[in-house]
Amino acid sequence: MADIRNNFIGIKSPNPFWLASAPPTDKEYNVRRAFEAGWGGVVWKTLGEEGPPVVNVNGPRYGAIFSGDRRLLGLNNIELITDRDLHVNLREMKQVKRDYPDRALVASIMVPCEEQAWRKILPLVEDTGADGIELNFGCPHGMSERGMGAAVGQVPEYIEMVARWCKQYTRMPVIVKLTPNITDIRYPAKAALDGGADAVSLINTINSIVSVNLDNFSPEPSIDGKGSHGGYCGAAVKPIALNMVAEIARNPETADLPISGIGGVVTWRDAAEFMALGAGNVQVCTAAMTYGFKIVEDMITGLKNWMDESGHATLDDFRGKAVANVSDWQYLNLNYIAKASIDQEKCIKCGRCHIACEDTSHQAITNSVNGERRFEIIDKECVGCNLCVSVCPVENCISMVEQQPGTVDERTGKKVSADYANWTQHPNNPAAQAAE
Amino acid sequence: MVTGSNTNGIAAGRLDQQDYSENFDDLHPPLSQHEAMVAADRCYFCYDAPCAEACPTTIDIPLFIRQIATGNPIGSAETIFSQNILGGMCARVCPVETLCEEVCVREEAEGKPVKIGELQRYATDMAMAQGRQFFVRGPSTGKKIAVVGAGPAGLACAHRLAIYGHQVRIYDAREKSGGLNEYGIAAYKSVDNFAAREVEYVTSIGGIDIEHNKALGSDISLEGLSGEFDAVFLGIGLGATGDLGIDGEDSAGVDDAIDFIETLRQAEEYSAIPIGRKVVVIGGGMTAVDAAVQARLLGAQDVSICYRRGKGQMAASEYEQDLAASNGVTIRHWLQPGKIIAEGGKVSGIEFEYTAFDNDRLKGTGETTIIPADQVFKAIGQKLDIAKLEGSGLKTNSGRIAIDENGQTSNPKVWAGGDCAEGGDDLTVSAVAMGRDAAENINLKLATGA
Ligand SMILES: Cc1cc2nc3c(=O)[nH]c(=O)nc-3n(C[C@H](O)[C@H](O)[C@H](O)COP(=O)(O)OP(=O)(O)OC[C@H]3O[C@@H](n4cnc5c(N)ncnc54)[C@H](O)[C@@H]3O)c2cc1C
Ligand SMILES: Cc1cc2nc3c(=O)[nH]c(=O)nc-3n(C[C@H](O)[C@H](O)[C@H](O)COP(=O)(O)O)c2cc1C
Ligand code: SF4
Ligand code: SF4
Ligand code: SF4
Repeated sequence: MADIRNNFIGIKSPNPFWLASAPPTDKEYNVRRAFEAGWGGVVWKTLGEEGPPVVNVNGPRYGAIFSGDRRLLGLNNIELITDRDLHVNLREMKQVKRDYPDRALVASIMVPCEEQAWRKILPLVEDTGADGIELNFGCPHGMSERGMGAAVGQVPEYIEMVARWCKQYTRMPVIVKLTPNITDIRYPAKAALDGGADAVSLINTINSIVSVNLDNFSPEPSIDGKGSHGGYCGAAVKPIALNMVAEIARNPETADLPISGIGGVVTWRDAAEFMALGAGNVQVCTAAMTYGFKIVEDMITGLKNWMDESGHATLDDFRGKAVANVSDWQYLNLNYIAKASIDQEKCIKCGRCHIACEDTSHQAITNSVNGERRFEIIDKECVGCNLCVSVCPVENCISMVEQQPGTVDERTGKKVSADYANWTQHPNNPAAQAAE
Repeated sequence: MVTGSNTNGIAAGRLDQQDYSENFDDLHPPLSQHEAMVAADRCYFCYDAPCAEACPTTIDIPLFIRQIATGNPIGSAETIFSQNILGGMCARVCPVETLCEEVCVREEAEGKPVKIGELQRYATDMAMAQGRQFFVRGPSTGKKIAVVGAGPAGLACAHRLAIYGHQVRIYDAREKSGGLNEYGIAAYKSVDNFAAREVEYVTSIGGIDIEHNKALGSDISLEGLSGEFDAVFLGIGLGATGDLGIDGEDSAGVDDAIDFIETLRQAEEYSAIPIGRKVVVIGGGMTAVDAAVQARLLGAQDVSICYRRGKGQMAASEYEQDLAASNGVTIRHWLQPGKIIAEGGKVSGIEFEYTAFDNDRLKGTGETTIIPADQVFKAIGQKLDIAKLEGSGLKTNSGRIAIDENGQTSNPKVWAGGDCAEGGDDLTVSAVAMGRDAAENINLKLATGA
């Protein structure tokens, strides 16, 4: 049986599934339930300064995007950091860590961008026995208007500065949580590294308006007829998060910087994908908020079974395995030719592939053959774009088949070459370098 | 007084009031909004969808289901009504398991089709409840058309003609409009007086007036109509059920299933309808099933359908057969009626002869059996009452009015559609399609003077 114990920058947990800093980790009650359910660790809901806590809106905080059958695809929220007293949180953290010594407990912190503020809170957190801290430089609403959260995360110099203070004033490992609301994630990641941070975690939520109420024309969630942008999360943000994780992992300057992957992790498969792109573990928020804590059971057994089937004994056996395969477009092999192929046994004849290809692509799928309703690929037209695979409702019904070197591509009339050739060498590229 | 199911003979009031209302409740209660959303979500929005092709009125099914799914049920209703103005009734009575839903790709994929019929009802009910009309009468053409028969075929024809601005006069032999929608469809398929409400909805476009109690062949003649109107459409359906042609057929308690259903449909109180304790229905189609099931629902204790061929040859769909079985009706195959056994002029049983195929020909085996019965319903198929057409000179084909692909009869001024016409297949939806298409052709011919 695969061993999924996790060691992330020295913080140990029985599995790589942590709950992200958010409502699921808001207080002792939730966190105890999470640990009982089997979660490997939690990042406690972000702590703020001592004194009167922040207040949340008293109306709806969430907006949502659904797929058919109202499955939650994306959630947006306008919640702030913890609205509970700092000392209550610290007391509860200490108690929980004492009762669950084998689980990871990380404190998320957001205080003003002043050395004094950080210097003051760090010893208090350290006293709880927490395994590490996560600097919340990502919250995109409310806190950022007050010069915190994403307002810090968007300025690499601030990230570096605060990370350095933290390394100076605590012995706890420091994770910097990054905001995706920037143009190039590599800069804030590099800044965290330069400030001495032990790791980065990403992504926090994405600036978003999920919907507009067409009766009162208020953005939703609507507070007394008005709305502000919120933070987008859930399954829908996974592609954005994966790309950002990959960007950091394949940047030589940050290649060794540990990453905690966050954003749209819903299943064990998502988690494995984050880890294949270099993440040391994952954090989950929306999926738990959608289904409750029990989903971790499937995450654990699913990951183990997949690892067993694939021959990975430990997490390190597959971590980062996809990083080297993330390339730039210009280096993709233009001699690789694939064409769609429809498994007629599986085809239910809905015709979606045909109309998608016919109306919007390359007119490469029949809708009738010898007068019968039948969907077949016309190799002479198929450019191998994968649109049909994307719209077919039956899994594995259409597949992309690699054309073997030596055979003739009916579309171009040319022989398929076994050699690698990319755009930088292509004759149509004015800047092409001659292939050797 | 409640008679109970153990009372012999033909008696009314076998059940409690409560049982009657439960028994004759909607067969498929309308979908709630949530159910409709879940059901609509299963549709793949197929290209050139097989379901639409299988619908005799070619409703754009993927489009109307998508419109439900996006929260546009009124647009959905318009999509349906533009092809089938009786889409509301069809949603209730179409044997979808042999039409649109049979070929739904999700039937192929998972054995569970999208609930097309129920979704169609959802959208059309909503539009009708809101009184939404999607069609206006076109500017008057000055042309007058007579439609004979206010059944599905006649109504669909009249509505389409009104859209084109023609003035339509409908004549119907009966007191009420709707044809078999009003008098024939099983009570639990069309509750709350839906047939009448639908007629109201269809005719409210204007330009259509209906004269009841006017029968072709007695009160009016085809010749007269041809003189008075620019065109005539015949949608007179079929007439009486054929005779069994066996001894004892005139005994008391041997009734026509259609008459029984008609009584039931027109009854103010189900408890007032007399029904036998032991009922035998002879036939194998939808009418046989409807008569048998409704006999059970009225409290008959023992109801069987006797059919002279096998299960596979029954005209009633598998779904209908299951409906019968789940209502406690016994279906017996390979039995043909030999003679009615009567006591004191009342039926007490039927002697059947077993049958078998002999080189593809059905033959009696000589062996007989007697099934006790205090009521027998004949449901062996209706026939066109050719007498009504006597002297009209209209050609017929296999017992129905001969028409060409445009619905035109041998008389160039006369069109026909629905059950009475050649190609009519005893479905409401087909009658609608034929009526609608004949209207298109009438309009074309009148416009071009051809
Ligand atoms: C018991 C029963 C159950 C059925 N159940 C279903 C079902 O569940 N689903 C389904 O799809 N189909 C069902 N059908 C079939 C369906 O009802 C018919 O196919 C459909 O009604 C045919 O429509 P139509 O307009 O051709 O004729 P009809 O509905 O028969 O209408 C004919 C009209 O013409 C009038 N008329 C007749 N003769 C004259 C005359 N001489 N002069 C003037 N007017 C006249 C009649 O009064 C009537 O109003 C059922 C039929 C029966 C008998
Ligand atoms: C309601 C809500 C509140 C959140 N609060 C915080 C917070 O206090 N601190 C923080 O670092 N991230 C916060 N997040 C962001 C999550 O920790 C996480 O980064 C994000 O939701 C993406 O992960 P997911 O797709 O699994 O939800 C919050 C998210 C939600 C939905
Ligand atoms: S989309 Fe898939 S199931 Fe539908 S017709 Fe094409 S191959 Fe068949
Ligand atoms: S009219 Fe009948 S066959 Fe046509 S789509 Fe509606 S329910 Fe199906
Ligand atoms: S065949 Fe089924 S899935 Fe396809 S459009 Fe028709 S109802 Fe929808």
